[in-house]
Amino acid sequence: MTSAVAARLTPTPTVTRRVQPRGPRIARALKPLVFVMLALPAAWLVFALLTDRLEGDVVKILEIETGTLALRSLAYTLAITPLRQLTGWTWLATYRRMLGLFVFFYATMHMLVYVGLDLELQFGEVWASIVKRPYITIGFLSWLILVPLAITSPKSIAKRLGGARWKRLHQLTYVVAITATTHYLWAVKKDTFWPLVYLALFAALLGVRLWQWRTSARQAAA
Amino acid sequence: MLIRNRIEPPSSEVTPEVDFLNRRQFLGVIGSIGAISATGAAAEALFGGLQPVGAQPQGDAVSDEAKVTSYNNYYEFGTDKEDPRANSQLFKTRPWTVRIEGMCRKTGSMPLDDFLTPSRVEDRTYRFRCVEAWSAVIPWRGIPLADVIRRADPLPSARYVEITTLYDPSRMPGQRSATIDWPYTEGLRLDEALNPLAFLATGMYGKTLPNQNGAPLRLVVPWKYGFKSIKGIVKLKFTERQPTSTWMKAASDEYGFYANVNPTVDHPRWSQGRERKLGDIFKKPTLMFNGYEAQVASMYSGMDLRRNF
Repeated sequence: MTSAVAARLTPTPTVTRRVQPRGPRIARALKPLVFVMLALPAAWLVFALLTDRLEGDVVKILEIETGTLALRSLAYTLAITPLRQLTGWTWLATYRRMLGLFVFFYATMHMLVYVGLDLELQFGEVWASIVKRPYITIGFLSWLILVPLAITSPKSIAKRLGGARWKRLHQLTYVVAITATTHYLWAVKKDTFWPLVYLALFAALLGVRLWQWRTSARQAAA
Repeated sequence: MLIRNRIEPPSSEVTPEVDFLNRRQFLGVIGSIGAISATGAAAEALFGGLQPVGAQPQGDAVSDEAKVTSYNNYYEFGTDKEDPRANSQLFKTRPWTVRIEGMCRKTGSMPLDDFLTPSRVEDRTYRFRCVEAWSAVIPWRGIPLADVIRRADPLPSARYVEITTLYDPSRMPGQRSATIDWPYTEGLRLDEALNPLAFLATGMYGKTLPNQNGAPLRLVVPWKYGFKSIKGIVKLKFTERQPTSTWMKAASDEYGFYANVNPTVDHPRWSQGRERKLGDIFKKPTLMFNGYEAQVASMYSGMDLRRNF
């Protein structure tokens, strides 16, 4: 990272020109590795569950872990574009769709653990929770928003939807960032440290994008 | 429903098999406690020397000790469930002073061992139900709370006892952040405190109480949610007015003074109808007063338990 920053600060265009064409190729080659790294926590949780390694309230642990993994994947996803702009590493975009799908994967696991194991498939109870518990309402809403985003993630569908419309639809990711963090904040008792960390992070990422959209809109108008 | 129809002895009356077989030896140990001026070492010998209790008084298996000692709510040592074990290992529980104050005749401070010595050490295997809907069955060792209350000789006007945890941020790292209002405070109505089930634990699983479980002295009120069972006790104060507990201060809509286990009154964020025993995947029904209805229900007759949650 430090060398990249140095490269950006030192005006030697030859460096960037040499790195750029090679970057995407390496990035694509490393994709399976990144996939395994992101899937590893899920594999570990299943393994730990089956071998009685989760000490304590097993289902609560699964809820916390899957929820945290979903939020963490979401943070990675949203960090890609600003990071790419900051560093000039265009190859980072290679991982964006995969990261986004991991958000949906972990959010779905999180929801299924709650419905299947916490509420033990009592659908009356599920509905009652959505209606009367605000943190569940907003959590369920977050998951619902992720569904169309996951469905429209394949390139063919994105193409059929058209770039502009696809982009606008996927800006909902920022809405999910806010609603999911609110869900986290409302779900905890008094230990609000991590929810607030995520909230600050997402607010900063959204702030950067808003500022960019405004300046580009102003430039377009001028 | 099945459980309600079953006739059960209160767990306080059940002598664990191991202790029954060793009853003469046990009485010998108790007797020698008086002889050796009870020092920390003597208490250690007592708590460390006996076999772990294997009794299952409610037909409910005793929880795995490893689970009970690794999944704790003890914000004084951190808010994550694994924090108390990780952050309390160097916590020193001796010397330890307990202070009795307020509306009673025998006020004053005394070393923990003097506080405990006059009482007979007992084993009690109780169900434990956390307000977060997880539960356990734990073999405790300690003394009846009523003993301590009677020795303090409360004035007739005293109606409540307020109990306080140690406040020492240099030893309890969790107290360095303002997650809840320190020191942790709890309270019981005097008749609740005198109920034979109310217990002060100094040990569990036949050993000295682990630090993460509230050493050296914690309350156990098995018919109430776990947060009432205050840990690391340094003070008992007799009052006329109902004390405001820490969780009442933190969220009065979620945590009341009584906090009796009640499957029909939900927590705002989850149902209290069912519970998951630590280590289990499937839940089981939660019992009224955590299964101790016969021993405690009469204390609340005529009270609206939905309002006095």
